[in-house]
Amino acid sequence: MGTNTININIQEEQQRAEESIKAQGLRVLVCNGTGCIANGSNDVIAKFKELGADVSILTQHDKVTIVPTGCHGFCEQGVLVIIPDLNITYVKVKPEDVEEIVDSHIRQGKPVERLLYTSPRTGEKVYKNEDIEFYARQSRTTLKNCGEMNAECIDEAIAKHAYEALAKVLQENNPEAVIQEIEKSGLRGRGGGGFPTGRKWRFTAANRGGKSYVVCNGDEGDPGAFMDRSVMEGDPHKLLEGMAIAGFAIGSDEAYIYVRAEYPLAIKRLRIAIKQAEERGFLGKNIMGTDFNFEIHIKEGAGAFVCGEETALMASIEGERGMPRPKPPFPANKGLFGRPTLINNVETLANVPDIIRKGADWFSSFGTETSKGTKTFALTGEVNNTGLIEVPMGTTLREIIFDIGGGIRNGKKFKAAQIGGPSGGCLTEEHLDLPMDYDSLIKAGAMVGSGGLVVMNEDTCIVEVARFFMHFTQSESCGKCVPCREGTKNMLKILEKIVRGQGEMKDLDTLEELAYAVKEGSLCGLGKTAPNPVLSTLKYFRDEYVAHIKEKRCPAGVCSALKVIKIDEALCKGCTKCARTCPVGAISGTVKNPHKIDQSKCIKCGACVAACPFKAIKQA
Amino acid sequence: MPTLTRDHSDWVKVDSIIESYDAKKSNLIAILQKVQEEFRYLPEDILTYIGTKIEGLSPATVYGVATFYAQFSLEPKGKYIIKCCDGTACHVRGSMPVYTSLKQRFGLEDGTFTSKDGLFTLETVSCLGACGLAPVVVINDKVYPQMTTDAMKIIIDTILDEEHSAQ
Repeated sequence: MGTNTININIQEEQQRAEESIKAQGLRVLVCNGTGCIANGSNDVIAKFKELGADVSILTQHDKVTIVPTGCHGFCEQGVLVIIPDLNITYVKVKPEDVEEIVDSHIRQGKPVERLLYTSPRTGEKVYKNEDIEFYARQSRTTLKNCGEMNAECIDEAIAKHAYEALAKVLQENNPEAVIQEIEKSGLRGRGGGGFPTGRKWRFTAANRGGKSYVVCNGDEGDPGAFMDRSVMEGDPHKLLEGMAIAGFAIGSDEAYIYVRAEYPLAIKRLRIAIKQAEERGFLGKNIMGTDFNFEIHIKEGAGAFVCGEETALMASIEGERGMPRPKPPFPANKGLFGRPTLINNVETLANVPDIIRKGADWFSSFGTETSKGTKTFALTGEVNNTGLIEVPMGTTLREIIFDIGGGIRNGKKFKAAQIGGPSGGCLTEEHLDLPMDYDSLIKAGAMVGSGGLVVMNEDTCIVEVARFFMHFTQSESCGKCVPCREGTKNMLKILEKIVRGQGEMKDLDTLEELAYAVKEGSLCGLGKTAPNPVLSTLKYFRDEYVAHIKEKRCPAGVCSALKVIKIDEALCKGCTKCARTCPVGAISGTVKNPHKIDQSKCIKCGACVAACPFKAIKQA
Repeated sequence: MPTLTRDHSDWVKVDSIIESYDAKKSNLIAILQKVQEEFRYLPEDILTYIGTKIEGLSPATVYGVATFYAQFSLEPKGKYIIKCCDGTACHVRGSMPVYTSLKQRFGLEDGTFTSKDGLFTLETVSCLGACGLAPVVVINDKVYPQMTTDAMKIIIDTILDEEHSAQ
């Protein structure tokens, strides 16, 4: 095969890009991810720009440039503003704070103390970026660039080594060596299953010769996970480069990125990135002057969780209903439009450029024996610091929740963490020191899944959570396999009965029986994993199910049907406010006489509790 | 309800959408998305038309696809589409009380999603990926973070005020 001569000197391109960034002077990085936009980051940027003109004359810096960046991960503290000269992160910045930042920090070099992050543990202000506990314990590699650059400008990505790995593989011109490197790295699929990525590439490459496709699964459907969204929004070139390397390795010239419709910003930024990469000759025809062609299309999803399953996803790209089909044939042999197809998820592909550039050994220096590299987790729910994190595989749950997450909010007690979305399971206190890797989690009855990690405290009703997930999978079941379609429906019915306080003990056996039937009898991952939340909560929190059934009591006080709202006659002054507030007319009584609640009508909305000026209405 | 008579200009619009996607079967979802953007829902007669216009499709297949995906609506939607995120993170942080309060305010029975005045459509979505800001509500394209029933009430009041003063 021999080496190739490429017509792009990537080092020179990098130098040029670095110089143009240097010429921007002081770069004020304002987070412009979906989370921060919701918190008003566009207004903050506008305000900076409005004040920016005179800044460049008066400041100690020659020039100031406002850079809208991708997600920093610490969404709850948004809008985040990072100013690198003093290495400071400002949190919860509002447009009205901008003037002070400009006057104090940028003009005089004095940090604005009140906008610094306060550690929930020590109550002290944190000056340096790396001292914020949320970031201190992380190893950000896949997510690294997201918060440091403008995703809509390809030069910024090039300065951060984008397309260097692609230039390397095109120059060396040895697809087999690329596959070997990925195999050696130990990279496993980050979308849920954990299948070895290198092996998948090899299977697909075996069909080299005819038309084949690369498909990127960006249908991040698990509620509670948003790492793929962050990569697509914050560092799209990393993904595009990973796809091009995959295409070169398996001999494919065409690719699709399937993005869920709920991510409009990701779609917009990917479109911009593809266009810019084509203009620079990093994608499209005769890439870098070689005979390698690679074209990437974007397909928007239309809201169906099952499309995260690879065969359903391909059906959806073909314009059909997103229903899975039996395997084999595997996509590697017969996939999109009947051709061999390599399908990987966003995070997996985004790991590829760094593995090629820094080597498999660098990658496998992170993680555990069987789970290499780093993994992103979306840490949400009842922890102090919620957001997107990246840690080496094998980090314990305790480190994630208590060190990075800063512990449980409002000093409450940790109860459980739900990992892997509707396909995953619950982890409890006994699992706090469990290393988070593929195999340990499977043993504990959960799975890494896409990496959604929802933390629950003592106020969360675990039976209600199981019902919530079952409601989700039931409505998302595509209906093809009877056990999944009917089984999830009946499991949901039983769970609804239990949270209404009408459950019987034998329901628990039926639930388990149905769970195994659904697992066994379903074609795709949705059905095979849908019963997991029920099974794992039944295993670890059976007593809560029993309390709902036998004592008609919800230990967490969540299930409204098991609540009773009563008026304390001694405290009631007969002001009639509650009767006027009640949306269903369940409260009766005459002026200046104690009122009564008709329990058969009461919907337990709690409106009367909030309305009563004498605190006479209580919820038990 | 299928509209029996439709303006000629509507059909011109539909034709140009189909052509902009090369009348290709594999672009059906994108075509339906554009049609919905244009008409705010998928009218039945247009679905049938698409099914006869594109090679390899039938009206039944188009109907099948249109009813499979959550994004598509066969009923007209309100002027303001309110999406309450009920993903896991939003759920454990109290998305349901916000949803229920809106449902009561708009007087929606189970199974109906659009208010009688046609102003609001109330939906739940599985996850918007803004979990760090839970619970999240999206009205048309604007994201409202960390919602409470009280905050929601003020937002709806503001929308109604704007609507009334516009009249």
